[in-house]
Amino acid sequence: MNKKDSTRVWKGLGPAAENGLFDRRAFFKGGSVLAAAMTGYTIAKPLQAQTLSDDPWSGSAGTPSGPYEARSRFENDVVRTMTNPNGEPRSQQSRTPHHMLDGTFTPNGLHFVISRSGSPDIDPEQHRLVIHGLVKQPLVFTLESLMRYPMVSRMHFVECGGNSAPMWSPEPLDADVQGLHGYVSCAEWSGVMLSTLLEEAGIDPTAKWLIAEGSDSLALHRSIPLSKALDDAMIALYQNGEKLMPGNGYPMRLLVPGWEGNMNVKWLRRIELLDQPAMSIYEARTYAPILPGGKAYQFYFLQEVKSFITRPSPGLSMNGQGLYEISGVAYSANGRISKVLVSADGGQTWAEAALQEPVLSKAFTRFRIPWQWDGSPAVLQSRAWDEAGHVQPTRSEIVAARGEASRVPSLNGFPSQHYNGPTSWQIDQAGEVKHVYA
Amino acid sequence: MFMRNAEYLAILAAGLFFLASTNSYTQTPNLGMPIDEQDIAAWDIDILPDGTGLPLGQGTAGEGKIIYEQKCAVCHGVNGEGGISPALAGGDPLSNGIDTGKTIGNFWPYATTIFDYTRRAMPWFAPRTLTDNEVYSLTAYLLVLNDIISDEVVMNANTLPEVRMPNRDGFIVRFPERTP
Repeated sequence: MNKKDSTRVWKGLGPAAENGLFDRRAFFKGGSVLAAAMTGYTIAKPLQAQTLSDDPWSGSAGTPSGPYEARSRFENDVVRTMTNPNGEPRSQQSRTPHHMLDGTFTPNGLHFVISRSGSPDIDPEQHRLVIHGLVKQPLVFTLESLMRYPMVSRMHFVECGGNSAPMWSPEPLDADVQGLHGYVSCAEWSGVMLSTLLEEAGIDPTAKWLIAEGSDSLALHRSIPLSKALDDAMIALYQNGEKLMPGNGYPMRLLVPGWEGNMNVKWLRRIELLDQPAMSIYEARTYAPILPGGKAYQFYFLQEVKSFITRPSPGLSMNGQGLYEISGVAYSANGRISKVLVSADGGQTWAEAALQEPVLSKAFTRFRIPWQWDGSPAVLQSRAWDEAGHVQPTRSEIVAARGEASRVPSLNGFPSQHYNGPTSWQIDQAGEVKHVYA
Repeated sequence: MFMRNAEYLAILAAGLFFLASTNSYTQTPNLGMPIDEQDIAAWDIDILPDGTGLPLGQGTAGEGKIIYEQKCAVCHGVNGEGGISPALAGGDPLSNGIDTGKTIGNFWPYATTIFDYTRRAMPWFAPRTLTDNEVYSLTAYLLVLNDIISDEVVMNANTLPEVRMPNRDGFIVRFPERTP
């Protein structure tokens, strides 16, 4: 007999870790009934019983739905934060507000964007993609011609190599999850596999690398191993079902799933197969993090396993003792997330979180776990594992291997890249949430 | 009717080809239009570390200094000291910390990257307006500012790839198994 799939009642199996964390199976299994009262993070004041009557909006017909739906005016504060809104001659970044979202896909208007000189205003009918270099026959494609190729749709995160850079600070910055981790988003991308087009051009056996280049004013280019291009790279045309947003590369971008955001070249116009890397400024300088002692990593490429809690988090304060859901996202360039542990006591004891299905490779996986907050101070952390066996290192492990910034940076600074340690949220007795190191 | 052996073999071979194909589609639309490399030349602007792609022309630091002060100093500061945009010259030893500012002198492994990026992306307000001679001159000037070449050295397609950058051996490939 089918039972209703309800989250109204969490089935208590007893605590799985100290400080109020329940077992993830509390979501799924029968047993004694746990208190059902859910407590929200954003309720301004407790609900009080009152006599109900028709609300003002119920008394007459509403507004017609427009040709392109706009969200409720009450949601207008769910926005990206921008580092360079006036387009000064430097990079501009827009951060995803993870604490205001749920699920696994980032709405197109809230997908993070980093661009070096703004989004070009590309006429899709005039745009061309050329494939040349170490190929048998150089080819040029129009968007119209690409639309006739067999397409695939895949859910993938894109993350800037410099996401989470404030975590390199020697002292925890007073920032929220958007400020700390806003340069990662996840979408369903649809397009043509790059391997299809490369095979049509005919790959010369001496080719080992390719460059992908955009038609932005800086003609941004990156070197990518041919093996990655043939594995799972895509010419993406659609983002969450609609054509790419301008900030995400309209009308076409390269998608190299799980690899540094900068390599997912937007406004893609040229691919050249080479026998060597081009050593563009981005692989030669920008995305080559300095190590303690003075050497630097080159060709880091992978965005390794990471997770962070989005609720509760700074800005979403607690509303009294009671039962809450802790929720966040986990992802890895090395495949599917296999496990996420959550701690409510700063990493001393851990409980396994439930993973929201479907769990997809190189995509956001949402994790959830029930938590009974007793009103005392707590420190929340998450730690993720991927199917390749990699685990998020602790912050002290990262600092031992990679060092930390020599001075406290600004929130918009990039002291280094590829931080994938845990993030700690401290909750005080008043229910305020603050970023700390633990 | 019996097929002749040759016809039978041809059909069999076509079937085997179908089976061997890893894609679920045996064909793509093949809509790529052939194009000659000479018609791609205006886009084909990348310079490789071995000098592949460097154009004809030349320049020296003296000429580069004049261009730099006109078109570059407003963002990158006098003598490459930095401003709204990063410093290009000098810089601390990289052992000072993982957040040490990266300059051409203390970090960049190849001089060809200077030519490539300057030609494709600078000046920020008017990219790809510099002549090749101007880019060679600016490259020479930036190398002189970093004490890598001397004033009188001419930069061209032969001399630029020969420049040995101070931090050339300062790198560790992060994932060798993923890097050709």
